[in-house]
Amino acid sequence: MKFTKFFAFSIAFALSSTNARGADEFKVGLVLDRGGRDDKSFNAAAFRGANQAQMQLHLNLKTVEAADDNAYETLLRSMAQKDFDLIIGVGVAQQEAIKKVSAQFPKKHFVIVDAEVKAPNVKSLMFKEHEGSYLVGAIAAMSSKSGKIGFVGGMSIPLIKRFELGYEAGAKSVNPNIAVLKNYVGMTSEAWNNPPKAKEIAMQQYQGGADVIFAAAGASSSGVFDAAEDKKKYAIGVDSNQNWIKPGLILTSMMKRLDVAIFQACQSALTGSFKGGTENFGLSNNGIDYALDEFNEKLISPDMKKKIESIKEAIIAGKIKVPDYYKQKG
Amino acid sequence: MIDSLLQILSSTLRVSTPLLFAALGGLMSERSGVINIALEGLMLVGAFTGAIVAYSFHSPWLGWGAAAISGVLLAAIYAASVINWKADQIVAGTAINMLALGMVPFISKILYGVTGTSPTIPADERFIFAPIILVWVFLLIIHFWLGRTPSGLWVRFAGEHPKALDAAGIGVKKVRWGAVLMGGALAALGGATLSTMLSSAYARNMTAGRGFMALAALIFGKWRPIPTAMACLLFGFTEALQIRLQGVVLWGTEPVPVQFIQILPYLVTVLVLAGLVGHSRPPKALGLFFEKD
Repeated sequence: MKFTKFFAFSIAFALSSTNARGADEFKVGLVLDRGGRDDKSFNAAAFRGANQAQMQLHLNLKTVEAADDNAYETLLRSMAQKDFDLIIGVGVAQQEAIKKVSAQFPKKHFVIVDAEVKAPNVKSLMFKEHEGSYLVGAIAAMSSKSGKIGFVGGMSIPLIKRFELGYEAGAKSVNPNIAVLKNYVGMTSEAWNNPPKAKEIAMQQYQGGADVIFAAAGASSSGVFDAAEDKKKYAIGVDSNQNWIKPGLILTSMMKRLDVAIFQACQSALTGSFKGGTENFGLSNNGIDYALDEFNEKLISPDMKKKIESIKEAIIAGKIKVPDYYKQKG
Repeated sequence: MIDSLLQILSSTLRVSTPLLFAALGGLMSERSGVINIALEGLMLVGAFTGAIVAYSFHSPWLGWGAAAISGVLLAAIYAASVINWKADQIVAGTAINMLALGMVPFISKILYGVTGTSPTIPADERFIFAPIILVWVFLLIIHFWLGRTPSGLWVRFAGEHPKALDAAGIGVKKVRWGAVLMGGALAALGGATLSTMLSSAYARNMTAGRGFMALAALIFGKWRPIPTAMACLLFGFTEALQIRLQGVVLWGTEPVPVQFIQILPYLVTVLVLAGLVGHSRPPKALGLFFEKD
């Protein structure tokens, strides 16, 4: 009896102590872009991080997906008007919306992924995609037997150009004569959600001689993986670890650890140490990495792995300068 | 050279298959006098139903069958509102598109807990090329049926001169109902082709405007089956060519900016619709509500 009482008391205490910190009252709003949380890629990584924060930090998470590009501002503003403490906008398309809404609600905290918004209440999470792309470009060139590799991007926007430039540079560092076929899925945000078209593009690249294709096209990437399956050639995944989608055919994945970055942002906002400004994630702090797991271990030989690791170290040490599209264009 | 020509040709056939299905669906409905701008929504529902049924029952044919049924059901809502309840056909068609856009994520959420994609269909449970052949078979059937059979004539009269059809003792509303339902099934098959042949799952809004492209092909083809099919092939060809031309150096040393290449299909659409087709006359009673005197 006494024990039960003690038990109940300790639970009550535990609950009240979290209440004192306000953890379960702390509301986080996550606004995903059009890919949606099950794109197995970019948004999936963001959602994983926020969900982990909800589980481990016991905060109150609400996730919404924008139906179209005009919905961001409305979604962000309605969250800011309600009692959300931290509002996270995922994706470069939300830059303007975050800029506007964060200025209107200076007391609320905002996070933007993949774009910079300079305001004291906004934390910008930037990833050095070019570093990771360089690394997977090198891996592609090491695995390619035909001397031709492919790149399928979603839209031709600076962010994806950054992937492309890094990828090509990485491939050329291994084989200066390698040819890189480059294609883009579309011109509107439908490009991120058009697997049939991405598959058609990948089929043409494979038929054109490419034997590895790097897909940086959100939910459209699954079309590239389907083509890899049909043609029994390799593909490279992006943002999340996508090796599991077609085991044995996905050479590796260029991971953007949005999950880690967003978890950390939630944590800092919860503990009151949230600061505005830009945080950079790259190979050096494991914010960017290539995926190695049981699905692709047979594709990456120990010899290859050694080379990849040495390239990675050289980038971190600054011995290899990876071209950055953002800096090229000023 | 021959190699790349063959590749572009096969790519053209693949890309134009869903377009042609949807265009044939539109043709059925519009030749009977009912405007169908709901093709996009019908395709989307077909894509979703086809993907989940093919995945659950391990057969793309079952997926196809289910997609056709789903298209018929959605088209029935449309038919009831425009043929019986006098709704404006453009407004009701838009409503059907929006209904599909909202309903599919809703059902997907209930079934799989996610709103954007369905589970991936394994490679050996997908179509390889069957729909590409079937769509041309359907085309020929519809071509002969419309032109050579009594019931095909009814459909044409329902669209051109419903009063004459009525005077002959044939129910105009019944004929239109039949045509719209068949049109719904065909458009949904186009959607299912996207998810069970051209990719391996349903993805959110994966139709990406193909329903409207099909509508343009239908107008371009002057509401006739064979020219409509040619229009679909042309759109498929520009799409395939567009992919091929990206990053190619046409003059100088720099490739043409990818955006210029990507507008090619749209440019062709605008050009053919604006100038090259000549006068395209819709069925006379298209969009008009029919009431017995």
